[in-house]
Amino acid sequence: MTQLDFQTLLPLTILTVWACVLLIVDLFIPKNRKGITAVLAALGLAVTLSFTILQIGRENSGYSGMVVLDGFSTFVNALILVSGLLGIALAYGYVKRMGLERGEYYTLLLFSVVGMMLMAQAADLIVVFIALELLSIPLYVLAAFSRTSAESEEAGIKYFLLGAFATGFVVYGTALVFGATGTTSLVGIVGSASNGTSSLLLTIGAALILVGFGFKVAAVPFHMWTPDVYQGAPTSVTAFMAAGAKIAGFAALLRVFATAFPTLATDLTDILWALSAVTMILGNVVAISQTNIKRMLAYSSIAHAGYILMAFVPYGNKDIMPISIAAGLFYLVSYVFTNFGAWGVVIALEKSEGKGLEIGDYAGLGRKYPALAAAMTVFMLSLIGLPPTLGLVGKFYLFRAVIAGGYTGLAIIGVVTSLVSAYYYLRVVVTMYMKDGEPTTEREPMLDFTTAFTAIVTVVVSLVPQWLFLLASNAVLKLF
Amino acid sequence: MVPVNYYIILSAILFTIGAVGVLIRRNPLVIFMSVELMLNAANLAMVAFSSVYKSFSGQIFVFFVIAVAAAEVAVGLALIVEIFKTKHNINVDEMNSLKG
Repeated sequence: MTQLDFQTLLPLTILTVWACVLLIVDLFIPKNRKGITAVLAALGLAVTLSFTILQIGRENSGYSGMVVLDGFSTFVNALILVSGLLGIALAYGYVKRMGLERGEYYTLLLFSVVGMMLMAQAADLIVVFIALELLSIPLYVLAAFSRTSAESEEAGIKYFLLGAFATGFVVYGTALVFGATGTTSLVGIVGSASNGTSSLLLTIGAALILVGFGFKVAAVPFHMWTPDVYQGAPTSVTAFMAAGAKIAGFAALLRVFATAFPTLATDLTDILWALSAVTMILGNVVAISQTNIKRMLAYSSIAHAGYILMAFVPYGNKDIMPISIAAGLFYLVSYVFTNFGAWGVVIALEKSEGKGLEIGDYAGLGRKYPALAAAMTVFMLSLIGLPPTLGLVGKFYLFRAVIAGGYTGLAIIGVVTSLVSAYYYLRVVVTMYMKDGEPTTEREPMLDFTTAFTAIVTVVVSLVPQWLFLLASNAVLKLF
Repeated sequence: MVPVNYYIILSAILFTIGAVGVLIRRNPLVIFMSVELMLNAANLAMVAFSSVYKSFSGQIFVFFVIAVAAAEVAVGLALIVEIFKTKHNINVDEMNSLKG
């Protein structure tokens, strides 16, 4: 192990060691003061984030080309660490209130973050697989964290069984790709594939890997688990899962397909086109009939997976790809902040035993808690893609890139489904402001702060989005 | 020596049995066994290809898959035991408290 190897994985190593130490330190923290564990975990994420930021501009690969460090991985890692911090901030009061406060929560969250970061840096299918499992297994446990609650356990087992099923596809796909090319390194695969070796095996392998990742990012038709798991899991876990697993899944999808399978672009572009279109349509249409806010946001998250998948469709077109992937990354950033904010409002209204989760429970929020209702309105507008929010800017960049790639039909589907989505998002806003009710909310300083912070970011960054887009563009520049 | 094609066909059959098993069986333990079958089908293919290419990376991958599958078993069985404690029943068809 050389100095360079070590530097490549420095933030990841710090976080892994921190999580392992935290596991032991947690034993000495009294049961009623697990908030200390949360603070320590957040501190670990903050330290890792600062080291990640110090790595900006650095590029090298380490451990015999198994992992890479580049602008893309730095950008994605920073976003993942921010999601981890927001995830802890949302969980801090919530787990205490719901009687779930155990130290493992935060340690598991850290391990999952480690897996996500490794996913962004993986340059070999073996590492992709290990990262995928490292991020998933803690999430299975977290989804079932509310022990003795039948819903949470059901969410856990459903997520686990379907996640393991998806892993089977990734592993078998990897085996076939190895069989076609004789290597598992992403750079090696593309080198071998351009020689024109048995491409059928390679195509089937790539398709199986796509199925596996489709499960992870909840793309239709691999989305069946999403509503149940998002509804049953503790809400703070759902928020983290929706953001983190999506970022990591898309990062891996991009890294694997852009680096290893550009030769398959002609076969895969149509498949990606169809996946993206079906995901947007089904996610948005089924969300209309939902009355439970967690289920509605779950279908909304499926729909957004479709929008992000759009960014992958021009894949293979070297001129459009950088700008389209930059748009995808920008959209991920906007989704992460909006998502955490919206789930934060859900947490503020949630009562024990799953009460306070119907959209009807939001009636009267506008009069009684104007600030919270205003924040929720911002998040709903951002999810639709209306001004003045990040969602609008994200969709603008995305549709522009897709149209530039010559996929106008897909952009039209995107616009139409966004219009459809306005119906169910605005229903929440209408319920909050136009209907009478006596909602009660939990006021927790960390929760209020998170909601306010994400709402401000969603609005303010949308007014000056260029720097963020520039950052995203620079991040993907070296990939191609 | 047995030709590599035989191994690949066997692994494809095993993978299909596993995938179909996940979809049609109703007991999470059996579903879980089917997932293991899928993983081991991949392992078989990996080892076979590895001997064709005289490359170690396939065999190393198999070790990782085995180790990770063990970790998954630990989590999965714990979940199943917890569910049995709560509901005294682990049939997946009866896990229907979440819907909409």
